[in-house]
Amino acid sequence: MPAGSRSSPVSCGDCSVAERVRALLSRLVAAAIVLFARLVTAVRGSWLGSAPDDTRRVYFANHTSHGDFVLLWTVLPPRLRARTRPVAAADYWQSSALRRFIGRDVFRSLLIERSGGGGDPVAEMAAALDTDSLILFPEGTRNVSETELMPFRSGLYHLACARPDIDLVPVWIDNLNRVLPKGESVPIPLVCTVTFGAPLEPVPDEAKGDFLARAEASLRALSTAGSP
Amino acid sequence: MNAARSDLFALLAGVGVVLVIATLIGQMLAARQPSGDPSPVIDNLNARINAWWGMVCLLGLAFLGGRGGVVVLFAVCSFAALREFVTLTRTTRADHRALVAAFFVVLPLQYLFVWQSWYGLYSIFIPVYAFLFLPILAVFGGSTDRYLVRVAETQWALMIAVFCVSHVPALLTLEVPGHAGREVLLIAWLVVVVQISDVLQYVWGKLAGRTKLAPTVSPSKTVEGAVGGIASATAIGAALFWITPFRWWEAAGLALVVTLMGLAGGLVLSAIKRDRGVKDWGHLIAGHGGFIDRLDSVLFAAPVFFHLVRYGWATP
Repeated sequence: MPAGSRSSPVSCGDCSVAERVRALLSRLVAAAIVLFARLVTAVRGSWLGSAPDDTRRVYFANHTSHGDFVLLWTVLPPRLRARTRPVAAADYWQSSALRRFIGRDVFRSLLIERSGGGGDPVAEMAAALDTDSLILFPEGTRNVSETELMPFRSGLYHLACARPDIDLVPVWIDNLNRVLPKGESVPIPLVCTVTFGAPLEPVPDEAKGDFLARAEASLRALSTAGSP
Repeated sequence: MNAARSDLFALLAGVGVVLVIATLIGQMLAARQPSGDPSPVIDNLNARINAWWGMVCLLGLAFLGGRGGVVVLFAVCSFAALREFVTLTRTTRADHRALVAAFFVVLPLQYLFVWQSWYGLYSIFIPVYAFLFLPILAVFGGSTDRYLVRVAETQWALMIAVFCVSHVPALLTLEVPGHAGREVLLIAWLVVVVQISDVLQYVWGKLAGRTKLAPTVSPSKTVEGAVGGIASATAIGAALFWITPFRWWEAAGLALVVTLMGLAGGLVLSAIKRDRGVKDWGHLIAGHGGFIDRLDSVLFAAPVFFHLVRYGWATP
């Protein structure tokens, strides 16, 4: 788990100058990204069923835009932001030096091989939850269809089985798909909201299909609760 | 110029005294509440008063910055208001190019023309040129579904959030004989009269409000609040005639017009909120809601006030 070894990018006692510069740069870039997200979207976090406290969690959200986890990350209090890692596709975030820097140093992403090329994604996520919260998009890929939500992949279910001690919190990200529709290059400023629901109640011996349907429904319910 | 500065400072000091008194009353009311049982009305009142401190400081700083400061401040307000308005429209990805143009071409150009005092262009740029060209961009968006609704909402957004707001800094471009160097006081007078009218309508409504003015649109507005607020704000506008180029009765007449327009603006923008199913336009000004919630009365008052002063007092 190479990304895990960098779990604290700052405040190391005896790291080299290059690493210190890299850590400082990643903090500056993170601050710039948060500022940009706020300028464009004036984003507001709405905590309906959970509180922004130190509990380690899996935040699972709808996925319509590349900016989704930036927005979720922006509304987290800075203390939680430093301990929350997005789960992202390795092929995308390792394809250039800039993406590697942003994905690994700025967001501390947990990179997952999509094409099934070795590794056990669920085990990696379960291990990362020892120290950090995770942001997960259970639809698996960006939703560019007209439907509100696509069927969930099974990863969330397997993660829930592996870590029954961790809360699964649904998070609805509203309006970001209108800010930058697919194929456009200039974002338009629109007010966005990020709504955090109540954690999924654990149900013993629940079948995979039932669990995923329940998780989908909990997220769908927030799409009407949080929007104006 | 020095007289203008000292008048401006006198006005700001007056507003400061009013805010100090309001803060003291608000804190006294909060302290009288039994602990563990906070009142939402009093909490909201204090949030509003605190936000007023911030808004007055920003406006005061912009005034000291002269035309540049005022133009930039209202351009930023327009940006935030346009963002709030467009969020509530039914625009789709077919409108993306038109909206990019609205935010990043039309808005900056409108304020550039105001800054250049180019009356012939800033007074028609959005009603004519944006009106014609944005629908052309939307035509190439590839969808005719609810085309008229989308195009009309985009135009309304620009008229309300950019055109109307820009008529506040446009007051600086008027040349009133005998009033040179004091243009910023026209803005100060307009903002003070319209906003104090909103505040006094709220206060009169809380103290004496019985009959609802427009129950389907704005349940909190009452006839008693509106009459009391507008009458007392008109009196304040007349009393402040010394910072304006108007005689006291002219100031009273103009104050009556702008406070009536302000009341109407509040009702119209409430109707849009009701139509779109929201309570506030945004959340950025604590206690007040969004930028449009605070600016709604100024929006409707500013263009009318601008043209009345231009035709009645300024040299063309």
